[in-house]
Parts: sequence; C-alpha cells; structure tokens
Amino acid sequence: MSEHIDSVKTYALVFAALIAATVGTTAVAFVDLGPFSVVVALLIAVCKMLLVALFFMHVRHSTRLTRLVVLGGLLWLLILIALTMGDILTRNWVGVPGR
Amino acid sequence: MITAAVPERENYLNNAYGIKSWLLTRDHKRIGLLYLFTVTLFFFLGGAFATMIRIELLTPQGNFVSSETYNKLFTMHGVAMIFFFLIPAIPATLGNFFLPMMIGARDLAFPRINLLSWYLLVIGGLFSLFAMLAGGVDTGWTFYTPYSTTYSNSWVIATALGIFISGFSSILTGLNFIVTVHRMRAPGMTWMRMPLFVWSHYATALIQVLGTPVVAVTIILLFCERVFHIGIFDPTLGGDPVLFQHMFWFYSHPAVYIMILPAMGIVSELVSVFSRKPVFGYQFVAYASMAIAVLGFLVWGHHLFVSTQSVYAALVFSFLSYFVAIPSAIKVFNWTATLYKGSISFATPMLYAFGFIGLFTIGGLTGLFVAALGFDVHVTDTYFVVAHFHYIMVGGTIMAYLGGLHYWWPKITGRMYPEGWAKLSALIIFLGFNLTFFPQFILGYLGMPRRYHVYPDEFQVLHVLSTAGASVLAVGYLMPMIYFIWSLRYGKVASANPWGATGLEWQTPSPPPVHNFDVTPIVTHDAYDYSTVIGQEVEVG
Repeated sequence: MSEHIDSVKTYALVFAALIAATVGTTAVAFVDLGPFSVVVALLIAVCKMLLVALFFMHVRHSTRLTRLVVLGGLLWLLILIALTMGDILTRNWVGVPGR
Repeated sequence: MITAAVPERENYLNNAYGIKSWLLTRDHKRIGLLYLFTVTLFFFLGGAFATMIRIELLTPQGNFVSSETYNKLFTMHGVAMIFFFLIPAIPATLGNFFLPMMIGARDLAFPRINLLSWYLLVIGGLFSLFAMLAGGVDTGWTFYTPYSTTYSNSWVIATALGIFISGFSSILTGLNFIVTVHRMRAPGMTWMRMPLFVWSHYATALIQVLGTPVVAVTIILLFCERVFHIGIFDPTLGGDPVLFQHMFWFYSHPAVYIMILPAMGIVSELVSVFSRKPVFGYQFVAYASMAIAVLGFLVWGHHLFVSTQSVYAALVFSFLSYFVAIPSAIKVFNWTATLYKGSISFATPMLYAFGFIGLFTIGGLTGLFVAALGFDVHVTDTYFVVAHFHYIMVGGTIMAYLGGLHYWWPKITGRMYPEGWAKLSALIIFLGFNLTFFPQFILGYLGMPRRYHVYPDEFQVLHVLSTAGASVLAVGYLMPMIYFIWSLRYGKVASANPWGATGLEWQTPSPPPVHNFDVTPIVTHDAYDYSTVIGQEVEVG
C-alpha cells in the first residue's frame, strides 16, 4: 500500500478554507435567518468535517475498507438523528386531551 | 525419592518479575490479568452495594438506610457493575487474553494502546470511586435529566467523568480488536475458520467503537447543562429531557449487547468442546452476532415508552425490538442443536453454559414482553424489568464469564481448578440466582416499583425470598474466588490441551510463552474440527 502525501500547499489551502468557514459560521450567527440559521451553520460544519476527513485524515487516498469505516460512522450518526427526529417530529400528531 | 532439577519453561508469567513488569507490560495476556484483577474488585464493590440493598428490602419499612442513602446504593451498584464490571468483564479480560491466541497472533495490533486502555479504565474507576467515597451519587445509573443536571446534590459530575474516561478504554479495546481481526490472522485463518468467540468479539468491538462516543458526547452535554446552565435537556432552560434519553439509550441499549455478545461467544466454545461437535450452523451463529450488533442500534426507543416519546416512534421501536429476538433465538437453537447426538460431558464450564442457555432464554423471552407497548406500560419501572435485566446480565453474562474463566483457567495459570468444588459452586450460583431474581418477576408483575425501599406488607415474602437467594448467590461467587487462588499453588498442573479442544490457544503450552506460539501456526481446518485432536488425552469431569 503506497502512502500518498499531499503537498504543503494543499494542506495550507485546506487550513485557510477551514479558518474561512469558521469566520463564516461566526458571521452568519449575527444575521437573523430564522430557522435557517441552524441549517446554514450545520451545512458549513459538514463542509469542514469533509475537508478534515478527506485531506487531514487522508481518507481521499485511503483503502476502500477505510472509506467503508468512515461511511459506517456517518451512517450510524444518521441512524441516531433519523430515529430521534422520528420521535420529535411526530410527537404532536396525536392531540393531548384537554388542550 | 529423587527429583531432578528441571529448569522451568519460560512463559508469560515467569519471564519477568516485579511490579514494573506488570504496570508497563505490553503483553496482551498480562494486560488481560490486570483487567481481571480490576474488574473483580469492582464486581465485589458492586456486590457490596447490592448486599446492602437486599438487606434493606428484608422489611417493608425503610429501617436500615435512609431514602437518600438507598438512592445512592442502587445508583452506585449500577454504575460499578455496568460500567466497571460488565462492559469490560469478558472482552477486556478473556477477550484480551484469547482473541490474539485464537487467531494465531503474537499480540493485539496495538499493544501500547491496549495498556493505555487499562489505565483509562483504572483512572475512570478511580474518579467514580472517589465520588462514591465522597458522598455518592443518587441519580440512578441512567443519569436521567433534568434531575441529574439541575436538582441532584450528589457527585454527578465526578461519576459521569469516570464513565466518560472509562468509555475511551472501551473504544480503544474495540479498535484494537477490529484491527487485530482484520490484520493479524495466522496463515490459513480465514474469516469462516475463526472461532465464534472471535466473531462475537468482533461484533462487540463494532458496537464499542460506534456507540461509546455517543455516550461521551451525552456526558459532555450533561456537564455543560449542570455546570454552565446551557439549556439542552432541562425544559426550564429550553431543553428537552427526552433528548437525553434518546442519546443515552442510543449507547446504553447497544451496551447491553457489548455485555452479552462476548458471553455468547464463550457459550459457543463451551457447547462445542463439551459435546465434541462443531457448532451447528456455524455461519448462522457468526452472522447472528453481526446482526445483533447492527439491530441493537435500532431499538433504543423501547426504553422510552412511558416518556413523551411519540406513539408512532414507539410503534416503530417496538416493532424493531422484536427483530433482535431472531438472531438471539438462532444462537439458542443452534447451541441446542449442537448438543444433539453429541458426546456431552458435564464439566464445570459446561454447567455454566447450560445455566446460561436456560437463564438467557428466560431473560430474552421476558425481553419480548417488555418490548410490547401495552405490557411495558404496566411493568415499566417495576421489579419485572429489574428481573428481566438481571436474567440477561447476571444469569447470562456472569454465568458465561465464570464458565469461560473455568474453561481457560488451565491455560491462563497452568493449573487445574478443583472440579468438585467448582461444580458445587456452579450449582449454588444457579440456585441462588433463581431464588434471588425469579421472585422479582412476580413482585414486578404485582406492581412493586423499583428504586423504592418502603413497600406494602404483602410483598415482604417475595422480598425475603429474594434476599435469601442473594445470600446463597454471594456464597456461590465467593467460592471460585477462594479455590481459584488456592489452585495457583495447589492445583493439578494442567497440560497444554486438557479439554481436547480444537482452538489454536490450546496448541501452545499452558501457561503460554511470551509470544504465544513458538512457531506461527498454519491453519488448515475449520474452527471445530475434532478429527484434529482425536487421540489426545482429555481431562473432563
């Protein structure tokens, strides 16, 4: 298995992108987007996570097994969120007596 | 009598001496023993709390300890037993010791990380121990919010921090097992030739790695709310207490499988060896472990049936919960089918395996009761659930753990345990266990709530029976402690393969050499091919 190493320039660019995204998250926090504030913050966070995983954690150049492990982790996060939201979003479908 | 001075063969126990040789060891076998020592301490600590609980429950009045103390007793019993005994018990002791040997490896993939994981368990344990000595914690082992974050005046943070730290011990052990199974198998050890003990530990390791980080996050959130009053779970701060339950049980339900899957792995080994037959439907049993690991993550909402969880979510969780019964039943039926026309011997480890199969079946079937929405509403927070849980954890995991400990004791120490005493203790444990926990099913069904120390007079008979059973159980647990220690000096010297087993761990001397095998084994047979050991001398009871 050959070890692929990215150039310093690539790492610097990724680092700059991460800093820019952090600044972006902070800036968006001062703008009232209503319910979309959370959506935008999470989208930026996902982009940052992908940059870290693909470049800093070398997933881009990893074996298929390593990629499977990463996808497995994401899938499990999805299970946590999906089934929890399955509760939270449907809680009020049945009316509460007296209300 | 003339005895010739023969130099003792070098093994992992006599190759180095002194406290440093243990505390800085990277040998998975020595680390396994460090874990054995640590979890045994926590087992007796948790047992001491249980003893006080059972003494209190002898009478309907709360006259032995105060309500506050009682709350702390059952909490600390749960914390000590679950996080510091049951979760590490089998994987970190027997798994650590035997997983590499069973696949023909010299050690785990990351020996230093293995030692680190033991230190993390000890540090986490010390934090929780400090909390227990400083005044204890009273939230229940489940730390439900907002009580744990806002109202409890006990040592919540110190205990939770201890669990947080020990969680990393569990993650690192799981990581080590996954990498070891993928990368360190001996030549010829294909996936379908791996012993089922290894399969079940592989499945366990996946849960440890995928689930434990979530409880770590949950503890951090609990910390943020309790210390910084950031509203996450407390409704008065804008949080959702049921969110805590979701996050907690996302880990803690699969954690039950972290505790039971390795036990199932032991039982697969025992049933095969002591009936001298390959495990019936090997592939099904192996894949059943993987199925339990995956399905175990989809059912946590059945702990929330009486919370404000949506009825629709509850329906889905109830439906999914029944699916876990399928791989569990596959295992039980396949073990039973393995016995069919087998050459069965009733050695102590096999007695424990029989105990496991019966008690796990009762625990598993009552699990279906509580997965049913209607019935669960009736028995939630009653002794029915307590009994169900203990049938799985004590009747299942601890029976298998003791079975495994007896089975591999000759390999670990090079000495046989006294068979007669061991059989007697297995019998006492089985009887004591049932006397302790069967009355609790009835108590719970009749409406005795858990976590109360004052109860109506009509429940006293059943409580007295349960406490009497606990005394018998305690005697049963103390006996192996005594004769195991006795056997270290006086036990009969064990041969390399006293049971005539097929596993690679038995193809090397007892106790094993430092690097497990003098020559790397080459595997040419399936895991339970008894034609390979025909003619070997066997010591069975």
